[in-house]
Amino acid sequence: MQDVKEFRPKIVAFCCNWCSYAGADLAGSSRLSYPADVKIIRVPCSCRVNPLFILRAFQRGADGVIMAGCHPGDCHYTSGNYFARRRMTLLFSMLDYLGIERERTRVEWISAAEGAKFSKTMNEFAATIAALGENKRLEDLRCKN
Amino acid sequence: MQELMKKRAIELLADGTCDRVLGWEKGDFAYDQTPALFHTAEELRASFVYNGFSAANLSKYLVKECRAGGKIAVFLKPCDTYSFNQLLAEHRIKREMIYVIGVACDGKADVEKLKDAGIDGITDIREEGECYVVSTIYGDKTVKKAEALAERCLNCKSRKHMAYDELIGESGEVVPNSGRFDMVEQLEAMTPDERYEFWRGELSRCIRCNACRNVCPACTCEQCIFDNPKSGVAQKAAVNSFEENMFHIIRAFHVAGRCTDCGECSRVCPEHIPLHLLNRKFIKDVNSFYGEYQAGEDPAARPPLGRYEKNDIEPGEAGGNRA
Repeated sequence: MQDVKEFRPKIVAFCCNWCSYAGADLAGSSRLSYPADVKIIRVPCSCRVNPLFILRAFQRGADGVIMAGCHPGDCHYTSGNYFARRRMTLLFSMLDYLGIERERTRVEWISAAEGAKFSKTMNEFAATIAALGENKRLEDLRCKN
Repeated sequence: MQELMKKRAIELLADGTCDRVLGWEKGDFAYDQTPALFHTAEELRASFVYNGFSAANLSKYLVKECRAGGKIAVFLKPCDTYSFNQLLAEHRIKREMIYVIGVACDGKADVEKLKDAGIDGITDIREEGECYVVSTIYGDKTVKKAEALAERCLNCKSRKHMAYDELIGESGEVVPNSGRFDMVEQLEAMTPDERYEFWRGELSRCIRCNACRNVCPACTCEQCIFDNPKSGVAQKAAVNSFEENMFHIIRAFHVAGRCTDCGECSRVCPEHIPLHLLNRKFIKDVNSFYGEYQAGEDPAARPPLGRYEKNDIEPGEAGGNRA
């Protein structure tokens, strides 16, 4: 019997309703697997993702956060993902500046037709986070059990 | 300078251009001046001051004063006029309610540096050429300006007034290579671990007094997210590193693209946390990713986070150690 639990990363994926969430659906109906560690939060648009959401996810125990939205130019609301892109660029750069591992945050553009890309991205990201280990630099001990 | 300003303010009150003047008055300590409203010539004569300690950026007070009715005259230093323009751009103040008197500025003294130089019991300060003459209860002391100036003034980005109705003294020029990003670059050159250690050392001193937020001319929300009891950030000293990080990241992010780099946040921080380094990181990133942009330079310009280009840099390409 081994007492040491294997480290399973917790990953939060913010998926836009119109592309990436449908992409996750397609991955499922196509029987493409992605790790169960990925918890999807559906948002109306990638632009809905407030920088605070990303931090909050880390606070509540996420080890990695990924935001997925429609490809630039394909936004259901015309331009939401362009604004989201600027915000996340600045936020991720700032997290890096504060010394928080750059690899813990990621943005991917996944369309509703890209079930395979969804599954591949999530597998890759989960592997990256598993290799990085537990999120220590943006953790909130009160939220850990 | 101070007498000229006092005289002009009294004239403006007398001829009805304004019914009150926003300026600086002596605080509890000579170096601790507070922004003040002057309604009469007597008040101005009695307590108006302008010297090397008049560091406060008065533009934020206009948000409230604009709604009080009546025209207000205000003294603005060059860096304050950037904040003024930014507030105009965001429709936080009404131009027609304000009479702006631009005042020349050769930088302001940092009292901590004076204290470090062994100068105590400060009662007054005046400029003489390249030096400050500091009056103390132990007699006058002379300090070279370069040794006493606040960090933001050593790296002054502009001596040019962006907006004014009249000037007292001369308006200078924009400083092209002010060196204000040097420290940001040094930090970027460190490894993530070193950066993390550096910022833990700085941010862990935060006592969450909210002075940085309250003084910031870009933070003018009626209701701040950090005042929301459900925000998860308690109104008290942060209990762990996450809260510290979150407060400072979000505070800096909320002014990203709007911060004029006036440096008030770092000036008022009782723990001397270099908050301007967070703001400057965003300014530097905006400059390098989306083209040179100085908030407050042109009130008609679109803010960098309120516009986009189809070929903007991808988030994955930003940040230090990508590979």
